Amino acid sequence: MAHIELKGVSKSFAGVPAIRDIDLDIADGEFFVLLGETGAGKTTTLRMIAGLEKPTTGRVWIDGQDVTDWGAAARDVALVLQQYSLYPRYTVRQNLEFPLRSPIRPIAEAEIATRIAKVAATLRIEHLLDRKTDRLSGGEMQRVSIGRAIVRTPKVFLMDEPLSALDAKLREALRGELKSLQMDLGETFLFVTHDQVEAMSMGDRVGVLNKGALVQVGSPQEIYGNPVNTFVARAVGTPAMNLLTGVWAGGRAELGAMVFDHPGGQGAAGRGLVFGVRPEDLVLGGDGVEAVVTDIENHGVEKIISLSAGGQALRATVPVTVKFLRGDTVPVGWQAARVVVFDAKSGQSLRHGG
Amino acid sequence: MNPEARVAQQTLAPTAPRAHGMSDLAIRNLFIIPTIVFLIVFNIFPLIYSLGYSFTDFRASSNDPAHFVGLDNYRTLLSDPNIWSNFTITAKYVIISVTGQVIVGFGVAMLLNRNIPFKGLLTTLLLLPMMLSAAVVGLFWKLLYDPSFGIINYAFGLGTFEWLADPKMALYAIAIADIWMWSPFVMLLSLAGLSAVPKHLYEAAAIDRASGLYVFFRITLPLVAPILMIAVIFRTMEAFKTFDLAYILASQPTTEVISIRLYKMAFQEWQTGLSCAFAYIVLVMVLAITNIYVKYLNKVKER
Repeated sequence: MAHIELKGVSKSFAGVPAIRDIDLDIADGEFFVLLGETGAGKTTTLRMIAGLEKPTTGRVWIDGQDVTDWGAAARDVALVLQQYSLYPRYTVRQNLEFPLRSPIRPIAEAEIATRIAKVAATLRIEHLLDRKTDRLSGGEMQRVSIGRAIVRTPKVFLMDEPLSALDAKLREALRGELKSLQMDLGETFLFVTHDQVEAMSMGDRVGVLNKGALVQVGSPQEIYGNPVNTFVARAVGTPAMNLLTGVWAGGRAELGAMVFDHPGGQGAAGRGLVFGVRPEDLVLGGDGVEAVVTDIENHGVEKIISLSAGGQALRATVPVTVKFLRGDTVPVGWQAARVVVFDAKSGQSLRHGG
Repeated sequence: MNPEARVAQQTLAPTAPRAHGMSDLAIRNLFIIPTIVFLIVFNIFPLIYSLGYSFTDFRASSNDPAHFVGLDNYRTLLSDPNIWSNFTITAKYVIISVTGQVIVGFGVAMLLNRNIPFKGLLTTLLLLPMMLSAAVVGLFWKLLYDPSFGIINYAFGLGTFEWLADPKMALYAIAIADIWMWSPFVMLLSLAGLSAVPKHLYEAAAIDRASGLYVFFRITLPLVAPILMIAVIFRTMEAFKTFDLAYILASQPTTEVISIRLYKMAFQEWQTGLSCAFAYIVLVMVLAITNIYVKYLNKVKER
């Protein structure tokens, strides 16, 4: 169990900055997810915590100790990678034994056997123990790889997109398993992903990375409901948040040809703004702006309705029981309290001082 | 023309020979046939012909016709203690030379397998000995070993130490020259094997707190072993047949490896029939050794 702190950490590779001045505080026993696109610096951040990379500037603290100059072995972390990194030509059991047979800290044979049995039971891989790793399916390999991490009871678990090489069904199953595993172990997990669904469904807290900078840290609800800027607003949520440019004037939001009531609307009149509204916060029917239904996607539990109003495209989600036809004209309103207002120039949310 | 015939002609048309150029088959034959002819004339035919000679008392230097003597040649050779001493010398030479090449070659490959400046240039330069002709290497080393003006004695302060004239030392001296020449070959293959080991395995091992030695024996060596085995097979076969280096460097009875004995038997003593039988014994031995290696290689690969 451990508490991780990054203090002003930056990293550049051959002069090219990859991480820009990150401050991060991950509480003991927390499931923390770093979310970002490819090249955002997620993996670099993770590798700096693991001790595989050294920060150019800044310090890394684990459990109240400055570990910046420590090697990976000394930090007592476990790492699960996308490529599984199982040792080839060994059986599953030998792979699980590997971290326990380190000459740095010898462990009694009986203890090794007990631990492996326990891990195998937890991950349901008992029947695979004597199989060679190249005879395993992707899901089985990733289970073994996770097993190799937990068998040692390290201070911190680091996971670098461990699920992204798996097919959708398996990914979903392992997502749930990982989350409950973390709750059972009560350990600190740092999970890196580009998949916002993974981030939102697993994380106690989520950190959003953009071009090497940490843009927002918060609970999934905060990130979703109150994004700090338009980047985060776009990054999280399917379908994405509707971002509509316009101005605010006397309790109304004027978005080109569309006008919505926006009584509590913060921010100055006459300033260029972007109004962000989640698809489920659009209200179809009743009073509102006339919009034409351009497309309907049925997703089982809900429908995604694409609308066109005043030359702007909107996406709304409605229960699957609501019936529309393509070409229908519907009045559209919004739940004003849930609308997030951004500054058009900086993209910052006004609630976050933009 | 009846309709059926017309259909037949149409369906055949695409496979009919083209009017211009050669068919793929013709081109293939054109490339393959000369090689096959060459192989038959210079390899297969002499191989079979010499098998015939190995059962006769034929001497290429005399006009006497060959007489069939059955297995006499084989019996003579296998019961000759001198021949067995030739085999012992060869075995000793193979073991020293191949072991040395594996240690030096693999060691240098380990050193090269990291980010160092001028890695490409360094690798190419290190490969140079392998590209020289063995005769040239032999002449070089003869000068290097020279007791009075050789640079080796000068550099190590050995006075007038006799490398090649000393019956005990000469075989080692030849093996050292061979190690110098062929370690790059082992290095090249090892380097290929080493660079194929995925980097993330080393990172995982670092995270798992494995020591350097442990990583070497449990990750590096098992993954490089198959390609290293191939290097060993090639080098063993070559060392077993070694002739040029040994012939040029020394002419001690203690350096008389089987190829030299065979050469003397065939072209100095003109015992053609006997030397053919000898060559066949050597052939069978090389095949046997290679087979053992290949079996072992497959085992290593399966693990």
